[in-house]
Amino acid sequence: MNKYWHVINIGIQNTLVYRVNFVFRAVFGLIPLMATMFLWQAVYAGKQRGSAIAGYTLGGMLSYYLLVTVVDALTAVTEDDWQIAADIKDGNISQFLLKPIDYLRYRICLFFSARLIYVAAAAIPVGLFIFWHRENFVLPASIATWFLFALSVILAAMLNFFMSFCMAMLAFWVLEISTFVFIVFAFEYIAGGHLFPVDIMPPTLLNVLSLSPFPYQLFFPVTIFLERVNGDSLWRGLAMQACWMGVFFCLAKYLWSRGIRKYTAVGG
Amino acid sequence: MNKATSTPLDSFRRHLIIYGALWKNSLVREMGFKVNFILWIFVEMLWFALQLSFFAVIYAHTDSIAGWSKWEVVLLVGASHFVQQLFTAVFLTNVTELSELIRTGKLDFMLLLPVNTRFLVSFRKVDLGGFVNAASALGVMVFACNRLGLTPSPMHIVGFFVLTLASLVIHYTLVLILASTAFWTVRSQGIVWIYYNLFNVARIPDGAFSGFYRVVFTFILPMVLVANVPVKLLLQKLSSPGEMLLLIGLAASWFVISEAVWRYSLRRYTSASS
Repeated sequence: MNKYWHVINIGIQNTLVYRVNFVFRAVFGLIPLMATMFLWQAVYAGKQRGSAIAGYTLGGMLSYYLLVTVVDALTAVTEDDWQIAADIKDGNISQFLLKPIDYLRYRICLFFSARLIYVAAAAIPVGLFIFWHRENFVLPASIATWFLFALSVILAAMLNFFMSFCMAMLAFWVLEISTFVFIVFAFEYIAGGHLFPVDIMPPTLLNVLSLSPFPYQLFFPVTIFLERVNGDSLWRGLAMQACWMGVFFCLAKYLWSRGIRKYTAVGG
Repeated sequence: MNKATSTPLDSFRRHLIIYGALWKNSLVREMGFKVNFILWIFVEMLWFALQLSFFAVIYAHTDSIAGWSKWEVVLLVGASHFVQQLFTAVFLTNVTELSELIRTGKLDFMLLLPVNTRFLVSFRKVDLGGFVNAASALGVMVFACNRLGLTPSPMHIVGFFVLTLASLVIHYTLVLILASTAFWTVRSQGIVWIYYNLFNVARIPDGAFSGFYRVVFTFILPMVLVANVPVKLLLQKLSSPGEMLLLIGLAASWFVISEAVWRYSLRRYTSASS
């Protein structure tokens, strides 16, 4: 276990190089966020004061997007999939086949350290932005919600990571994985709740989507924080989230073991 | 010596011939990876559909956003996609590869060629998929016009394309200025990301914006104008030519600024290794 602490340590030092990059990312991410918030303000301006869309008042809608930004910073995979694919393509994984290090665990450590640095870098710009909109940012009242939210965020992060890892495994079979990554990303974007709260869509569509892994990548933890989900559906959601995480973990393991049999160590 | 006697028209014709050759190269290159070529077109169409469905979902809950009806916004999203895809087709790869040219020192080679370096750096490769996607955006726009019962006059259509050209110049010059920072920082992976985030704003009806944000993204970085003004011309929503003049004026100003930045940055170039 000790060696993986070293990996985390190295990962932190390596990603610290990108700290300015991360701050820029966080700052420029606020521009479309503000545009979306303006858009929703315009939508609600055409309605009666205090009216709601699918249970979201204007304040609720704006706080949804603020939380998406926070959860996204905590859980999103930024460069890991490209790096893993490049490692495979360039033959860098050869060294891991020779060393007593598990590549999947090694990547989890790097993912963890990158998130840590990203959150630290994004904390100031995003924090200031949320403080500016603090009237729309209501913290959950109960301690239990905080606990469940934290649990769900961790599950979401792991789910995101394993899904990206699976996508990167495609690099064993195809030269260019970016098109596939962007196709999956499109589904994550719309069905995961980046673009709008998933539950403003028609209920039948919503029921189908909640069987897919996408809402558990982002939308689900956000709704926990907003206390829009409780009781049975909350436990069912957490169970689904854990299930999907397990499925993609197994798939990642399987694809890796199949991949290295196919692996030819280009340039290695 | 030879150069001094050549007229601007000769120079233009020469650059046109060079660009023709670059087109041919790009076509050959792209056809080497046919599946990838088609997959990228699919990816872009998927994202376009996604933007449209975002508004479809919103309009399921409202009839109008800042005075824009559903099909008017479809026209707007189509126009914004149209400009972005034209930009992708002609400039995006070239501009984002500038940092790579600087890092590896390949820019040396381009500086030595008897062609304007900015021309070569900007037009080196053509992304043909972008033209296919631009055509699909036009298709959506025609459909939206149909649904709106709108038949723009030839004058309006010409005006639309002139304004689109100004928007294209704005896209190009702003991203080139961003990319020129690579002369200092050497790497600039974030450029595409910044570009998508900035121009994300373009597909939202201008009436939604207000305050400081609106001022910045209208008069300085005119994202609010690039798609809105051409579409408002088609919809005859423009009360005065002011906004059109502003868009064209900003395109011209940004072009002049980008040329200054380009020249200034190029002086920083020290080549790599060798």
